[in-house]
Amino acid sequence: MKMMKSLIGAAAAIALSSTALTAVSAEDIAITGGTAYTNGGKGKVENATILMSDGKIVSVASGGDVPLGYRTVDASGKWVTTGFMAASGSIGLGEVGSWADNSDASAAKAKDGIALDVKYGLNPRNTRVEITRIEGVTHALSHFSSAKDQWVGTGAVIRLAGDTPGEMIIKNQAMIYLDADEGSARSNGGSRSVLWPAIIKKLKDAKPKDEAEKEDKEGDDKKDKKPKEKSVAEKNLAALFAGDTSLVVYAHRVTDIEQAIALKEMFGFKVIVMGAREAWMVADKLAAASIPVVLNPHDNLPSRFDMLASTGANAARLNAAGVKIAFSPVDTSNTRLLPQAAGNAVAMGLPWEAAVDAMTVNPAEIFGVSATYGTMTTGKDADVVVWNGDPLELMTSPDTVFIAGEEIPLVSRQTKLRDRYLNIPRAPGLN
Amino acid sequence: MKNYKVRMGVIARSAASMLVLGTVLAACGPEGTTEQGAFVEINKDPYPSSYTPLPSETTLITGANILDGKGGMIEGGSILLENGKVKAIGASVEAPTGARVIEANGRWVTPGIIDVHSHLGVYPSPGTGSHSDGNEIGEPVTAGVWAEHSVWPQDPGFGRAAAGGVTALQILPGSANLIGGRSVTLKNVPGRVAQDMKFPGAPYGLKMACGENPKRVYGRGNNPVSKRPSTRMGNVHGYRQAWSDAQAYQREWEKYERDYKAGKDVLPPKRDHRMETLVGVLDGEIKVHMHCYRADDMGTMLDLMKEFNYQIASFQHGVEAYKIADRLAENNVCGALWADWYGFKMEAYDGIRENIPFMHKAGACAIVHSDDAGGIQRLNQEAAKALADGNKVGLNISKADAWQWLSLNPAKSLGIDNVTGTLEVGKNADVVLWSADPFSVYAKADITFVDGAVVHDRSDASKRRVSDFELGMPGEGDVK
Repeated sequence: MKMMKSLIGAAAAIALSSTALTAVSAEDIAITGGTAYTNGGKGKVENATILMSDGKIVSVASGGDVPLGYRTVDASGKWVTTGFMAASGSIGLGEVGSWADNSDASAAKAKDGIALDVKYGLNPRNTRVEITRIEGVTHALSHFSSAKDQWVGTGAVIRLAGDTPGEMIIKNQAMIYLDADEGSARSNGGSRSVLWPAIIKKLKDAKPKDEAEKEDKEGDDKKDKKPKEKSVAEKNLAALFAGDTSLVVYAHRVTDIEQAIALKEMFGFKVIVMGAREAWMVADKLAAASIPVVLNPHDNLPSRFDMLASTGANAARLNAAGVKIAFSPVDTSNTRLLPQAAGNAVAMGLPWEAAVDAMTVNPAEIFGVSATYGTMTTGKDADVVVWNGDPLELMTSPDTVFIAGEEIPLVSRQTKLRDRYLNIPRAPGLN
Repeated sequence: MKNYKVRMGVIARSAASMLVLGTVLAACGPEGTTEQGAFVEINKDPYPSSYTPLPSETTLITGANILDGKGGMIEGGSILLENGKVKAIGASVEAPTGARVIEANGRWVTPGIIDVHSHLGVYPSPGTGSHSDGNEIGEPVTAGVWAEHSVWPQDPGFGRAAAGGVTALQILPGSANLIGGRSVTLKNVPGRVAQDMKFPGAPYGLKMACGENPKRVYGRGNNPVSKRPSTRMGNVHGYRQAWSDAQAYQREWEKYERDYKAGKDVLPPKRDHRMETLVGVLDGEIKVHMHCYRADDMGTMLDLMKEFNYQIASFQHGVEAYKIADRLAENNVCGALWADWYGFKMEAYDGIRENIPFMHKAGACAIVHSDDAGGIQRLNQEAAKALADGNKVGLNISKADAWQWLSLNPAKSLGIDNVTGTLEVGKNADVVLWSADPFSVYAKADITFVDGAVVHDRSDASKRRVSDFELGMPGEGDVK
């Protein structure tokens, strides 16, 4: 009987979430009375009425009326933001990091790293999805963590909701991941003098030929060959040169970051620097080149020789120089701790508004999803979190979470364990 | 405090003089004389602390929100630090002439944070292969190694930890082995050699490990079968055999002492440094800190300690401590825990955010620990998260109580709570002045005092620790 009941419950939950994201009949919701930050950490609206319909934001207005048929969520005294986005990690691509044989994030035997596509590995039922989103981190860049060489696949911007990988993915091939730090130099040739020429050659070879060059070549061909269909890797590189995706260069040392800047100058495509321990030393150059930086604000130790100048002030200095920043979690299972990292960046001098931007509007723009995600603007997805205080504070947590207009139950396998052991049971599993 | 002085010389001499008589009495046998050699007693402190307190000035902090570390809070209170000790604490304390007076203006004061699980110095930054000195992997039982012999005092992590309010820390060997070796407790002060940092009088600890790590390290790959545990049951066999060996070794030395005292000319057993450490545990002189994640693993260890009659001071990591918090309380075993780490391996899969407050609720000794060069800089933040999560499910724990997870409980598990861990008159002046409520993400340690001396001052670049390693490097002397 009991089991039957829970099965029915599960079926209902599945039905609910699938309708929400396919979106025609999502509930009409009004969040009222809270202090809303509608544009990242800016666009503060007191006593905000936020209307959401069909999974989208309808309007945000101070003291606005609630139309008939809207369910009201009272947010009086609460803070309301866009759900946060982690700008790195492999969420959805594996349950357990070590020795559990279930990770799809590393692909050591890939033939061509550039072809790797997360959609085959993404699992909407991965427990980290629930564990993360109930803490207000509703979106993430999910990418491969390693492959056979420096080309570590592509990544997708995902929402932490949906029943299929397709429903999770907002933009696939949102980046091509190039590992170009000290460790990569050691494993991919032994020296930067092998790594970087190999990178440059690969990109030169992939660079689209200009028209004249093409015609020459075609003219040389005696037979009328059918144009060969492009491989997945070729298509991904073509998208890079076409401006449809970005090259994420994972690097720390100043000279490596300068190489990343040089790539952008050489090829003209979009470059993002990730890791970036020493980025603050070349903040002006990064700003001048319009290269955004994804970093972990906690990093402040000279953990390796390419990280000697690490400082917690990295985020604040880059932001002050005009570099667009976003944050990476310390690791995938800790993705939910992103607001804490942002708070620490604020304690090291980053303005609060910029810290919230770095978890919303900035990653949306950096990874090309700002048409649907990143701000509380009419027509964008209703990704909204109601917090019981300053979202960056340690003792704050979400009261209500919406992803694309769907209210997310604040339940995970961890809250179930918590509830089971709040009063220690004699026989766990038997009531 | 333990009497660690070398008694060998004294005993040898008195034994020799006693023997004059003994020889006369015993010399009647046909074989002639049986003069005894010198009695051999092991020096238990061959690498003694060379710590001396840094110069300090008499300091009065006034107008502070003080958490005393034993569950009390004084709003707008004062604390006087003199000669390295807490001299006075209360609603109002008079400044002695010449004292430095710090107006806290509502800033917060707490006991210094004590981290019971750190690998600073043994896995230092930069983490080059040549710096990897934290785990003697050779075999499952390496009880003869001492972490202090690996500690590199120039690890920049020590200074960063001071900036996070950490005044003392235990450095442990890694968790590859069933029995990994001795830990060392340090004061978080700069030193030229590790002994300069050693906490005087702190007992040694012994690192042991449950579960996945030993069976992974020894059970896979090319390790000879004879050296393997490859299962949890193999792990337990390994501990039991080691303790049995230690008991035999202990008996050999006891017999030697008995025979010697009976006047026999006996040779002492050959020293076995692995066994010496284990016997130190059986004798109650060395505290066991055991890396265990799963509730069932910890349950087995509680029986193991009873089988061999020793006490486990703490389980380290204890991601499932909440499942057996009642039994940990009954058995007087602390749990040194993270606020919210989980899921990086199977035995960490059931981690919950309420682990620490659930231990507290059960009346068990809960400790916030780091095991991480980053985490050690933010232990106050970890306590804040744990506190909020506990209170969210109705536990109603105060900030003043929660601070015990950061200083008193760790001090107890390390055996140094008689001198540090709370702000009480006569205890060491290990104190942090915070820029704000330390349960806020925006709070920074403004000043960290060890024995009344400033070891970190956020407003004074000359008190911003720069290790030898960082000199001449990019970022030298930068804010961190």
